[in-house]
Amino acid sequence: MKAFTYERAQSAEAAVKAATATPAAKFIAGGTNLLDLMKLEIEQPQHLIDVGRLPMAAVEDTADGGLKIGAMASNSHAAADPRVRQRYPLLSEAIVAGGSPQLRNKASVGGNLMQRTRCAYFYDTSKPCNKRQPGAGCAALEGLNRNAAIFGASHACIATHPSDMAVALAALDARVETLSPTGQARSFPILELHRLPAERPEMDTHLVPGELITAVVLPPPPKGAQVYRKVRDRASYAGGLASIAVAGPNVALGMVAHKPWRAVDAEAALAAGATPAEAMARELDGASSAGRNDFKIALVARLGAAALAEAKGERT
Amino acid sequence: MSSVHDWEAPNPVKTNRSGLIGKAVDRYEGPLKVTGTAPYAYEVEPPSPAAYGVLVTSTVARGRIVAADTAAAEAAPGVLLVWTPFTVPAQAERPAVTDFWSASADPALEDDRVRYFGQAVGLVVADTLENATAAAKLVAFSYEQEPAQLVFDQHLGEARDPPGESDVRVGDFEAAFAAAPVTLEGTWKTPLQNHCQMEPCATTAWWEGDKLTVHTSVQMVRRTQQGLALTLQIPKENVRLLTRYIGGGFGGKGSSYEDLTLAALAARALDRPVKIALTRQQMMTVTIHRPATVMDVKLGATPDGRLTAMSLITTTHCNRRGTFTEHASNFARSLYAAPNRLTGHRLVKLDLPHAGAMRAPGEASGMLSLEVAMDELAEKLGMDPIQLRILNEPEVDPETGKPFSIRQLVRCMKEGAQLFGWDRRLPTPGQVRDGRWLVGFGMAAAIRGNFLLPARCSFFVDAEGVITVRQGMTDIGTGTYTVLAQIAAETLGVPLGAVRVEIGDSELPPAPGSGGQFGAATAGSAALDAGMNLRKAIAELAVADAGSPLFGGRPDQVTFQDGVVAIENRSERLGDLIRRAAPDGLTAQGEIRPAADARNWSQHTYGAHFCEVGVDPVTGETRMRRMLGVFAAGRILNWKTARSQLTGGMIWGVASALTEGNAIDPRYGSLINQDLASYLVPVQADIGELDAIMLDEVDDKANPMGIKGVGELGISGAGAAVANAIYNACGVRVRDYPITPDKLLAGLMAKGM
Ligand SMILES: Cc1cc2nc3c(=O)[nH]c(=O)nc-3n(C[C@H](O)[C@H](O)[C@H](O)COP(=O)(O)OP(=O)(O)OC[C@H]3O[C@@H](n4cnc5c(N)ncnc54)[C@H](O)[C@@H]3O)c2cc1C
Ligand code: SF4
Repeated sequence: MKAFTYERAQSAEAAVKAATATPAAKFIAGGTNLLDLMKLEIEQPQHLIDVGRLPMAAVEDTADGGLKIGAMASNSHAAADPRVRQRYPLLSEAIVAGGSPQLRNKASVGGNLMQRTRCAYFYDTSKPCNKRQPGAGCAALEGLNRNAAIFGASHACIATHPSDMAVALAALDARVETLSPTGQARSFPILELHRLPAERPEMDTHLVPGELITAVVLPPPPKGAQVYRKVRDRASYAGGLASIAVAGPNVALGMVAHKPWRAVDAEAALAAGATPAEAMARELDGASSAGRNDFKIALVARLGAAALAEAKGERT
Repeated sequence: MSSVHDWEAPNPVKTNRSGLIGKAVDRYEGPLKVTGTAPYAYEVEPPSPAAYGVLVTSTVARGRIVAADTAAAEAAPGVLLVWTPFTVPAQAERPAVTDFWSASADPALEDDRVRYFGQAVGLVVADTLENATAAAKLVAFSYEQEPAQLVFDQHLGEARDPPGESDVRVGDFEAAFAAAPVTLEGTWKTPLQNHCQMEPCATTAWWEGDKLTVHTSVQMVRRTQQGLALTLQIPKENVRLLTRYIGGGFGGKGSSYEDLTLAALAARALDRPVKIALTRQQMMTVTIHRPATVMDVKLGATPDGRLTAMSLITTTHCNRRGTFTEHASNFARSLYAAPNRLTGHRLVKLDLPHAGAMRAPGEASGMLSLEVAMDELAEKLGMDPIQLRILNEPEVDPETGKPFSIRQLVRCMKEGAQLFGWDRRLPTPGQVRDGRWLVGFGMAAAIRGNFLLPARCSFFVDAEGVITVRQGMTDIGTGTYTVLAQIAAETLGVPLGAVRVEIGDSELPPAPGSGGQFGAATAGSAALDAGMNLRKAIAELAVADAGSPLFGGRPDQVTFQDGVVAIENRSERLGDLIRRAAPDGLTAQGEIRPAADARNWSQHTYGAHFCEVGVDPVTGETRMRRMLGVFAAGRILNWKTARSQLTGGMIWGVASALTEGNAIDPRYGSLINQDLASYLVPVQADIGELDAIMLDEVDDKANPMGIKGVGELGISGAGAAVANAIYNACGVRVRDYPITPDKLLAGLMAKGM
């Protein structure tokens, strides 16, 4: 770990100001992802701005019948909120499917969205990785890429976004609220937060440097059943091989792309009367795999069909 | 020469008058561990502030270090010392041939050769761990790379008999297999596994003049201490090695690593205590691992299920420089009767880190093949798998013809079947559904050898009547402290609270340490002997002491109970006697050696595993729902610690079947899973209902107490029961462990599911 300086932000405004004023500064919330990366020198901030104690941890009703979840709410707190459990059970299940209780107690909602990929070569600093070191090459392309993306990958990066929570938020049409370094508040759909790798895999999101996530806002839940299913090698405390979130007509897939993947082709097919299996097949027309992750295409087809059938009330 | 018959005499452990033997006594050191006050090696406070060392490891798999640029690291904040193979102080040379049981020099950073990816090639010591860690990243090596052999599967053709070994044949296997009416043939694969002990290898070292003290995390005290003295070329009396608390060993700490040697060297160079711990990533490569195996099984049987031919050939790998062989075929030599038998091993040399012992070396991998093959054969024969095993139960050791010391395998299977509800198993796969899960039952036998090694021990009784057990033994989390206390308390007739146990110190009477599930039997037998000798000394003291109510009695009539020594109704408290007659206390020595005729018997521990799994036929996920093991492993010293060893082993077996393993990147020779987020050992949610039952047993050929080991029995065969349950659930066999969702999915799809 490299030496760094530290400050505890007194307000969101102060935090973003400090982020632009100090070179190589980074926000830290729960620290469950950032500190691991700093120990391995994958992240090398010179200055940490602790936003974890900012008063943005509440879960509040919104006027239109939705919910606003503060960015500093812990994953556990968000998942346990009775309104979340009642109206957005999908979100609660997705959060609880991630990490371990200890991690969820510490991890924040904002940090969860901003967590970095679990690509093994990203973590192994002896290997080339464009995300870690732009232009270095991508060791995963020809490597042990069992966890790699099947949608939207590029020749520069085939990593996936590992968040469970973000998949549920994508299916729920959540919006992200931020405060930009200029003091401007922004609000945009969650699908516009993360980006595909293209030529710039070092950039995970569309946030500008120093922009702080302040809240996640859920519109009223869509009509229809909500289902979250995650396939993983062990029963808990494991990143997913693939996951799916169904919220009424909305379908999102997880761990299959550089961002939570909204399955718009499947949605369209379903709306046009396709069966779950047909809808998944349509979505997977656009999929491609990298070798060790070939199985993911069949897995997502089967998982998706089963989850969609479950949402329709059919036995799987 | 001694004989096992010398062990037949009654002794306090066998008589168990206070009932302490077998009791579920809490761990002796438990309160210290759960309150965080048991100092592990890295946490020991040295006499003055320590400096912190961090290793630098190689980033190529094979070649030569041509240059090392240490300027940046040396200039980094807080750095006190940077060593590479070019600058490390002189040490003894590594002998050309080493054997596991004798100490030998193990020089660190010994030359410019790189023999595997992740080899220790440098050391940085700084004032803080953080500074050392940061500076370690700044050491730059230039390598002259050489072509490396990295992919096991691609080098199977180069496999050779391990040094000094050849196949074991009984009868004519080939002819019998060719003639067998029913045959089963298959190849099973297991991956490289890492020990993943919670506590990494770590050392705190300091010098006082020419005397070195090291606190380190190792399973073998004396051999490590002597090896370090040889490496440093100093008299062994000048090295004191302590290893009081150990956060898991599993065989991986049977050897020591660069943390030990370099901490000692750096502490000398800096004239300051030095601490070095391996990082989690370094643990994967700097230490040893369980190597991958490819196991070829051939079984021939009559239509009514009698095995006529049996063969298990294991191919495995070790580093080009090593000789370790994963003896995954050995267990098969004693398990089932078959007149024609062939077992053996092949070794491939690779440029991977060193292979070595890991919990139940041999059985843990080996039983994942044969015990599944037996399940497949049973199905082919239309028989129940337990029935097939019972039918092939040997009268005597099927390879050597020696009698078994005791063998209750059939009883384990029968009692297990009843307790588990095996009769509810439907032989046809895929018949039972519970929601989205297909449910299946599987079983497998367990066998693991039992051993006794030479050991010593001393007992001391003080003027308070407190007994101190002293032995250069280790407790790697198994319960050594506790069972030694129980043996001492029972032997001297004192309450547990009046026993102190001092182990993990090279100045104490030597014991071989922990490994091969020989620990409790070996250390305990020496302790019993010391206890008997102390009894004798106390009895003689009492009857010769005019002030004692026992005065004038016969020493062999003295009894020991509840802290009181007595001859019939004449008695006094042990403490009173010692305070008066031997105020400085009394010491007695004890010793155990293997009996000269011990090898006249085939001696093992046995068990049977029963498992229920659920398989999600959509995703290929498997979850263990229920598992029961029934074991016969001699007299049990402590129900709680023994059960914990057995269930821990079973859990590891579940992991071997479902999640655990590492993979080598064929381009670099590095391991893909480098931390516990990616190297998947089971978490609580992976383990459903789990129980282990221990049958009443005494093995009077094993040692004076009739006990045997349990540390490695639990894992043996456990994974095979899981694999068999998966087949029973969904009809798919995956012979390439671990059985992960991707592999099972392929099988399910191939079946049109
Ligand atoms: C072993 C392990 C297993 C895991 N398994 C899963 C899993 O299965 N599923 C899953 O979803 N997650 C999993 N996680 C990830 C976990 O959910 C994240 O580590 C956690 O959510 C991050 O939150 P944090 O508050 O600790 O973030 P931090 O570590 O504090 O920060 C992470 C990143 O987010 C940035 N950041 C933090 N807050 C903000 C903000 N408000 N605005 C802008 N940027 C911000 C930081 O600068 C940093 O770059 C796992 C983590 C570990 C260590
Ligand atoms: S896939 Fe992306 S994160 Fe992984 S090695 Fe390639 S560039 Fe790095």
